[in-house]
Amino acid sequence: MKIKVTVQLKPAILDPQGKAVEQGLQTLGFNARHVRIGRAIEFDVEAPTPEAARAEAQKMCEALLVNPIMEKAIIEVLS
Amino acid sequence: MKVAVLVFPGSNCDHDALHVSQIVMGWEAHPVWHQDTELPAHTDLVIVPGGFSYGDYLRCGAIASLAPIMKAVHRHADEGGWVLGICNGFQILCEAGLLPGALLRNRGLRFLHQRVHLRVERNDLPYTASLRQGQILEMPIAHGEGNYTCDEETLASLHANRQIVFRYAHSSGDVNETSAANGSLEQIAGIINPSGNILGLMPHPERACEASLGMVDGLGIFQSLEHSRRYVS
Repeated sequence: MKIKVTVQLKPAILDPQGKAVEQGLQTLGFNARHVRIGRAIEFDVEAPTPEAARAEAQKMCEALLVNPIMEKAIIEVLS
Repeated sequence: MKVAVLVFPGSNCDHDALHVSQIVMGWEAHPVWHQDTELPAHTDLVIVPGGFSYGDYLRCGAIASLAPIMKAVHRHADEGGWVLGICNGFQILCEAGLLPGALLRNRGLRFLHQRVHLRVERNDLPYTASLRQGQILEMPIAHGEGNYTCDEETLASLHANRQIVFRYAHSSGDVNETSAANGSLEQIAGIINPSGNILGLMPHPERACEASLGMVDGLGIFQSLEHSRRYVS
């Protein structure tokens, strides 16, 4: 099964990259606010069910992919 | 004194740490490759040097914290051995769970390379025994992610256990909201674990140990260790 994990800084933590991109978009005339930059991590995992795949991805987040002090993750089972 | 300087792919301050250990301090010091699984026997001090281990992939220090040698560093630390993490080394120790908190992108987005001043917050540690309480040290920083942060609970425990060792100060010695160029929480530049044997700091004491380099205040940390080791043994 294909998994996509999106890792972002927690809402309470200033995202300077997001701020810079937000300013860039506004300079171009776009009405973009609250821009947050994240990191997308995709991988395949063998699991009997989507739930099991999600649980495995959750374990990977806790072990390595996410630093819970500053980041949060959104896990999607793509297929 | 016997020193092990860890070397990861992308470490770039390992030679500075070896130079200070061997040439300036006259210690026995060995580079230790990240794929090794053991530290040299009777190692007193492990230096986790600065640089960009594994290209800062994923998060600064995250991949290095899982390297084979880190199990030996955990054992060394558990036995009370000294571990000094400088810059990327500090990030690695946080990612490894040996120190609390995390280092975020600098407040102003920019990589900062400049001289800073640090205030010594406590001098009852092996790393600071030869320094004065409140002494101001000058040394360089060179980092993009040095903005220390932690949750409120962790901050409370840092205070309760007196774990904040160095704060960014103005040259006058004042510590306030504007004295940490990188935006660090409570101007934190360096912290220690509760047992007092693992120190992490973003500034580079190893680059400030010789008059020919323009700064000598980093020497106080290494001399403190020399003094403390004599006292212990």
